[in-house]
Amino acid sequence: MTDRKSYIFVLAGIAAALIIAMFISVFASSFPDGLEKVAENLGFIDKAEGMAPEGIFLIPDYAVGGVESELWQTSLAGLSGVLIITAIFGIVYLIYRSTGKKQ
Amino acid sequence: MHIPDGFVDLKTAISTGVISAGGLAAAIYKVKSYFKGRVIALMGVISALIFALQMINFTIPGGTSGHLLGGALAAIVLGPHAGAIVVAVVLIVQAFIFMDGGVVALGSNIFNMAIIGVYGSYLIYWLICRISKSKAVFFTAIALASWLSVVVASFFAALELGISGTYAMDVTLKAMTGVHAIIGIGEAIITVAVIAFINKVRPDLILTRKGDLDDR
Repeated sequence: MTDRKSYIFVLAGIAAALIIAMFISVFASSFPDGLEKVAENLGFIDKAEGMAPEGIFLIPDYAVGGVESELWQTSLAGLSGVLIITAIFGIVYLIYRSTGKKQ
Repeated sequence: MHIPDGFVDLKTAISTGVISAGGLAAAIYKVKSYFKGRVIALMGVISALIFALQMINFTIPGGTSGHLLGGALAAIVLGPHAGAIVVAVVLIVQAFIFMDGGVVALGSNIFNMAIIGVYGSYLIYWLICRISKSKAVFFTAIALASWLSVVVASFFAALELGISGTYAMDVTLKAMTGVHAIIGIGEAIITVAVIAFINKVRPDLILTRKGDLDDR
């Protein structure tokens, strides 16, 4: 990704992800999804239970805590998610580049 | 279609988890052969986009919603091995940070959406693309592969619910594939739109189209 055009593509792609996750996400449908709907209709939705303690999740249910507005809870969750995922691949990219140069 | 904890029992979670771990290990091994800086950067962009698009639930008739799974999108842009890794990373972040999909059920979710969803859709795409190199065939392949990836993933989710004894398998199979046959139309529309856009601005970044991946 050294050429300028690819650099712009990556930045534009991440910007698009941020816009979708932060601003379009607040308009998302709140109806149950396909699996939840089936579980509701067949009456086994109550079987869903967390097996991990709730305290381990940084942003449970896509709502950032400590913020009153639900819209911002969702927006900030979207921002965090995109940044976390970008960071994961960013770190892999940096490791790849730093080891690749030695060879 | 993220299965929460409690819907699949331990034997199902463990066996799908073992298959998923093996599948991902194989994917990482295969990806290393074409691992370039460009591929890693593209994987980052696609996984950020899939995460974002998964937040957008669209309403379908009957008070239900669905969202993109992204298996076909990842498979067609990145090739199946990098695609499986990308979808798995999204699922892992969702399970451990956002409480979306169970932690114990993560293996099942990776199996359904990152292994079956990605390799299954890639197989359909690859088979259809062999007919001709025309654009019409290319986009038909994308639409069919993405629709099928959702339906087949829901089929396996229903199978796991049945094996777990959560509900009778014949009923869950019918209900899950039925509702996801409709959600899959949304998957096909979004996948075709995103790939059409990339194909317009940077066709060389659709790695399975360029033929610089010699894997199947």
